Amino acid sequence: MISRAGGGERLNGVKLPPFQSLLSDHGADIHRMLRAMVGPNDADDCWQETFLSALRAYPGLTSAENLRGWLMTIAHRKALDAHRARKRRPVPVSDPPERAAAEAPGNEPELWTAVRRLPVKQRTAVTLRFAGDLSYIQIGEIIGCSEAAARQNVRAGLAGVRREWVR
Amino acid sequence: MNTAMQAELLRRAREEGLVDVAYTTLDGPLGTLLLASTDKGLVRVAFANESEDEVLQELSDKLSPRVLESPARLETVRRELTEYLEGSRQEFDLPLDWRLVRSDFTRRVLEATERIPYGATSTYRDVADAAGNVRAVRAAGSALGSNPIPVVVPCHRVLRTGGDLGGYGGTLPRKVFLLDLEAGRPHLV
Repeated sequence: MISRAGGGERLNGVKLPPFQSLLSDHGADIHRMLRAMVGPNDADDCWQETFLSALRAYPGLTSAENLRGWLMTIAHRKALDAHRARKRRPVPVSDPPERAAAEAPGNEPELWTAVRRLPVKQRTAVTLRFAGDLSYIQIGEIIGCSEAAARQNVRAGLAGVRREWVR
Repeated sequence: MNTAMQAELLRRAREEGLVDVAYTTLDGPLGTLLLASTDKGLVRVAFANESEDEVLQELSDKLSPRVLESPARLETVRRELTEYLEGSRQEFDLPLDWRLVRSDFTRRVLEATERIPYGATSTYRDVADAAGNVRAVRAAGSALGSNPIPVVVPCHRVLRTGGDLGGYGGTLPRKVFLLDLEAGRPHLV
């Protein structure tokens, strides 16, 4: 269709899908990843913050490639914020009750609880790999390390989970 | 993720003014209509013969990629269209956003079309004339074919000289349905 419509044509020429499709395509996966990272109690808040931030920044994106990775990067940042905030505020109950974990991703809630006990980088790497289905290169971009280091973090994380799991 | 979370996100996005294009669908005798609004008004009505994905992508490209499904923002549009399609409303009282109209000539053609009263018809020649160029009959037809807000901007009221139906972006059966509706003729769907 000829488009010399009055204004509005995107200046940077990037063709972005309507934001609603980001929600439908990745909303559930991002939520699963956040549950794995911060637990069910904070996941909903983090999810809201993730998509609000994404919506704010969306028209300014200079590339429409790998929108999923872009969303996961934002979600990762929000998860770290949530961790920091939790450390600062007094915690009346030490941890969310294990009951709630029954709603955790996948069919093995205890497994994801074990993932949450890993050091941050390993936890993130494992989550992005298995809940987010990202490549090692993409995981490296998000947590700020090389592809090899991302692979190593996943491997170490899985070993940690396995130790916890057999205990 | 569940619908309550999506609703909460939408509420906060609206509060912050982050929903540039809101859309919803409406089922009725014309099939499913896709309706889209900006803060200026109704910007797009699409029939089901256009793919929803393509229409939403067009809105994203030409207006803003902040396109979100938001039925609440289109409540008035839905109500007026429903009343119209039931035969209980003859005029729309809706602000319109003309940004998807592709040229000044098209805009003048569509504005002339808006002035055709309910139940009446006009011709391609007459709307071309009203738009300032009586000889641009074919251009007027193409302008009407590109109408981004059909039904509400009643391009179905424009026929060929001599009474032949002419064309319709939403396909001819819908044009016939709308003409029958406005003439008070019973219509078999």
